[in-house]
Amino acid sequence: MNHSFQQLRLDAVGRKFDTTSGSAVAALSGLSLDIKRGEFIALLGPSGCGKSTALNCLAGLTSLTEGSIWLDDTRIDVLPPEQRGFGMVFQNYALFPHMSVRDNVGFGLRMRGVRKDEIAKRVQSALSLVQLEGHENKLPGQLSGGQQQRVAIARAIVIEPPVILMDEPLSNLDAKLRIEMRAEIRRIHRQLERATIYVTHDQDEALSMADRIVVMRTGTVQQIGAPREVYGRPRNLHVARFMGYRNVLEFRLVRHAGEDVTVERQQIQLNGTAIGDLTGAQNVAVAMRPDDFEIAPAGAANAIDATIKTLEFGGRDSLLYVTTDIGDLYVRLPGAFSPGDRIRLHIPTDRVLAYAEAV
Amino acid sequence: MSSLSVAPTGDRRGWLVAPAVVVLLALFIYPFFYGVFISTQPLEGGGLWANYAHFFSTPTQWGTLWVTLKLAVPATVINVGISIPVAFALRRNSRAQRIATTLLVIPITLGTVLVADGMLTFYGPVGWFPQFLHGLHLYTGEVRLTHNFWGVLISLVISGFPFAFLLTLSYISGIDPTLARAAGTLGAGPWNQFRLIYLPLLVPGLSMAAALSFVQAFAVFPSAILLGAPAGPTRVISIAAYEAAFEQYDYGMASAIAIVMGFVQLLIVCAIFAFRRAFYSGPATSGKG
Repeated sequence: MNHSFQQLRLDAVGRKFDTTSGSAVAALSGLSLDIKRGEFIALLGPSGCGKSTALNCLAGLTSLTEGSIWLDDTRIDVLPPEQRGFGMVFQNYALFPHMSVRDNVGFGLRMRGVRKDEIAKRVQSALSLVQLEGHENKLPGQLSGGQQQRVAIARAIVIEPPVILMDEPLSNLDAKLRIEMRAEIRRIHRQLERATIYVTHDQDEALSMADRIVVMRTGTVQQIGAPREVYGRPRNLHVARFMGYRNVLEFRLVRHAGEDVTVERQQIQLNGTAIGDLTGAQNVAVAMRPDDFEIAPAGAANAIDATIKTLEFGGRDSLLYVTTDIGDLYVRLPGAFSPGDRIRLHIPTDRVLAYAEAV
Repeated sequence: MSSLSVAPTGDRRGWLVAPAVVVLLALFIYPFFYGVFISTQPLEGGGLWANYAHFFSTPTQWGTLWVTLKLAVPATVINVGISIPVAFALRRNSRAQRIATTLLVIPITLGTVLVADGMLTFYGPVGWFPQFLHGLHLYTGEVRLTHNFWGVLISLVISGFPFAFLLTLSYISGIDPTLARAAGTLGAGPWNQFRLIYLPLLVPGLSMAAALSFVQAFAVFPSAILLGAPAGPTRVISIAAYEAAFEQYDYGMASAIAIVMGFVQLLIVCAIFAFRRAFYSGPATSGKG
């Protein structure tokens, strides 16, 4: 396939599955996305949101029931997987257990009829890219999880695919290795300059690796944006909750001018930021992230008195569960606290997000 | 220190295996050694190996080995050979798989004699099958599929295929389908996915299926009599043993033949497992998923 592509385009891609009761359920619908060469895209969402279906549709392992997929001007959704030439890294790695590391990595080249000496050379350079030299003759069963993961990546990239698809490749690794492999995958992505599409349910992973994040829920796209944007300004309450806005409360809308809003609950007023159009709304859902609170400086606005109920010590900071006049909140603060302590909290205006949605 | 005085509990419960050992000794080990013993006590004297010497020097006796192999080897190859594509096509749990499995279990439950009886009616010279061929003018010559080599071979396939199929199906459905999908994304079409992924991972299972099929077919007896020509072309080794035991009442000779039979089976099974050792035989799934 064409390596020097400029753009992978998904045009209203959808996939319905028949249920046992005879009705069709959409696992994915209306996914439209333009991916440029060199981009790292994360498909993010809880399990069952359609992100893996989207990836399988791209790989050709699942056929589309709607829409089309284009690589520049070539329509590829009609091709079987073996003719698309996308590299795929599976969640369980799917290494061939009866083949050595060398044969696993060389498999794609062998299928392409590449000459033996050429295969040996390219396998060697792929293995050195994933820093796995010296393990060529081992069987996958003799490798650790992290090493198997690297073999899976080497096997996918050695065929020099235009697009590399990764299906939760780090979910079977332990926490420390997961963090290391994030950086590794980013490094390999930069070095290859191809498009990577990465499926995950872990927002930290998506935020730290991707150029753009596609947040999905029940088969539909909720938001597409850069990590900073998705993190700082989630488009709707669902995305907000998924991105860690654990405090969602209903407030009365007092004042509303452009993006600036003032909301009130139990005689306490907060200044915040409107997300989307709040016109006509009487009540709004206000989302606040535990990490965005701080101890209020003297005389600060947007302040709330709180009493600590319980706390989880987290090393550098603690997750406090506090009672306030507006309700119970989760707050993450550095410092030493104990249950029963009274504190005054402050939250910046741009970290109080108001949505015209029901809580 | 008190914890050290407690002996490992496993040591004291070894006697629980005793009933099983007694049953094994009574039903298998003792009869086997008794058979070996009487096989070395020839009726007409002549030393320990006289029965074996007689077997291997009499063409009507050692010839039965060849006759049996000529039936058992093709039957094994056919049974295992056909079970591969059928099991492959039915590897996903589906309604078709359940129906096929049910249909194929039926011959196992019927027993060889009933199957033989059915075959005589169906494949006999005036049975349904020849009448069908003649009626549609597909074949005009005489159709002879019973009371000869073919009758026994067909019977061995009918009764042996379900075993081979069920074994192969269980092995094939144990292979992680993601492996074939991965091969697909790497450029392998359906044939290469089968040839390079499924088949090598199936070798251990197929050798097991082949070994069991062979042992079953090599011991053929009722159908060799009912559907074959027991006087000549299908006079298999078990018939020779039967004749020695129950027509000539020479139990020593019969035991010697049975032991030769067991030895040949062992030889072939060992050969199959030696072949299997040349292949990967670990788990057919990938990674730690």
